[in-house]
Amino acid sequence: MRRYEAAWAWFFAAPAVLGFVLFAIGPIAASLVLSFTDWPIISAPSWVGAGNYIRLFTRDPLFWQSLKVTAIYAATSVPLGLAVAFGFAVLLNQHLRGLGVFRTAFYLPSIFPVVASSVVFLWFFNPEFGLLNAGLRAAHLPPSQWVYSSATALPSLILMSLWSIGGTMVIFLAGLQDVPPHLYEAVDIDGGATRHKALHVTIPMVTPIILFNLVLSLIHALQAFTQAYVMTQGGPNNATLFYVFYLYRTAFADGQMGYAAAMAWILFVLIVALTALIFRSSRRWVYYEGER
Amino acid sequence: MTVAMAARRTTGRTARLSRRARASALRGTAYLACVAGGAVMLLPFLWMLRSSVMDPAQIFAYPPPWIPHPLRLRNYGDAFSAVPSLRYLLNTLTILVPVVAGTVVTSACAAFAFARLRWPGRDWIFALLMTTLILPSVVILIPTYLFWARAHLVNTFVPLILPAWFGGGIFNIFLLRQFFRTIPRELDEAAYIDGASPLDVFWFVVVPVSRPALITVAIFSALAVWNDFLGPLIYLNDPNKFTLALGLTFFTGEYTSQWQLLMAAAMMVIAPAAVFFFAAQRYFVQGITLSGIKG
Repeated sequence: MRRYEAAWAWFFAAPAVLGFVLFAIGPIAASLVLSFTDWPIISAPSWVGAGNYIRLFTRDPLFWQSLKVTAIYAATSVPLGLAVAFGFAVLLNQHLRGLGVFRTAFYLPSIFPVVASSVVFLWFFNPEFGLLNAGLRAAHLPPSQWVYSSATALPSLILMSLWSIGGTMVIFLAGLQDVPPHLYEAVDIDGGATRHKALHVTIPMVTPIILFNLVLSLIHALQAFTQAYVMTQGGPNNATLFYVFYLYRTAFADGQMGYAAAMAWILFVLIVALTALIFRSSRRWVYYEGER
Repeated sequence: MTVAMAARRTTGRTARLSRRARASALRGTAYLACVAGGAVMLLPFLWMLRSSVMDPAQIFAYPPPWIPHPLRLRNYGDAFSAVPSLRYLLNTLTILVPVVAGTVVTSACAAFAFARLRWPGRDWIFALLMTTLILPSVVILIPTYLFWARAHLVNTFVPLILPAWFGGGIFNIFLLRQFFRTIPRELDEAAYIDGASPLDVFWFVVVPVSRPALITVAIFSALAVWNDFLGPLIYLNDPNKFTLALGLTFFTGEYTSQWQLLMAAAMMVIAPAAVFFFAAQRYFVQGITLSGIKG
């Protein structure tokens, strides 16, 4: 019976396990090998050892620029997005009438294709005829160049990222609804106020969800691409040269496959290291019910 | 009744009253915040909607009017026929249908193996698969591209479809595994006693009761295909093979500053995504159980 069950299990799991080998482990390993080669897509690859990495770290100012842009983008859009998503989730957890409408309004923009939202925001940000500057002018504030100036382009894209927090919000909301009501009742009995509930019940109980959302949105932010491709082409003056956009350009416009593979591996190592760091720190700030 | 008791009762009542007043003030603030938040979230898209039915004169008017007059619906027809939109739509669906099928079938199979069958190595293989949750897709981009190029399948839909038949993504497997685990084991056991095979149990026990979860996975994978940009951008270079997302950027390049057409085109790409969402909304609530994220 045991053997029989195991055979069936492998039958069911085979596509996923095969996919893991073919579309995860295999390419990761291949990517590492590629990163030690010079492979102009039109001709054969040649072995260059650590050459790509040395060139990236010592002679490629655009690599550092793209790293900087991406770091700023992730470091600001992720905490901001988490805070707004959490705030919306708390609002939606208040049992208000018309909840469904609000939930839809908060969530909907996040399922729109980024390509289409990018076109919409390009118009929204338009310095002459866009809604944002019309609003600023009406309020007698100085208009902005938004994505069209190197000083404001990246902040504009960070602002835009707040429209895609829906997924994060829904996960927070599910977490909030999982908090057992008797914990709040206990605070009531002890004469605690709303802020005590937030501080001693809600936040500790959702820390695992914060951890989950933090890791996933960080990985997502570090791979931002489409906005830059559609709205700014990495400009103006490389102000929005996202890492993955630069990687894409290196691989598919310049055809330098080996060099781009080295970039991909650096990002991979960075993400693994960051995730490990977050998980390590999480022992201090994430509370698991039923542990202890 | 003593004076002290009466006094206590009055303070009790005022305390209760003020608590109620505070609660309703809180509710009012929450409402206001919801309305304001919702308005801000929808603003760019209302702006799109309004611009998509305006004539150029109105689009560039100052101060910008919110109500289109006259209502120019033919922007939609113009935008649709300016590029081979029908072709793009067909291409998108040609990718979408097999991807959704592959995702649902193979992720449900894997989830069944991980949730309902006992076999050696199950838990650590699942943990191994879970690591791909943090795997940045760009790491595998280049070797995968070179592989498909070697196989002469670049500029076909194969690289965009086939991977979906290999597990359909760990997140979907995870979601379905969580759901399958909530089904009472007695159902499986009763079937096994009657001589059913695991395939029978999967098909006649697990799948029928898991419809909401399976539909959720189907919808999310359909949305992912509809929204995918990097994949088609890399693999499809022949304009006749473009998807809608790709066609939209092509259109944007051709019709810069014809904002009424661009907004109509964006609207036509966005609206189906919204329709998907509304059609499926009622399944989400039943289908997603997130209790597994903790611990």
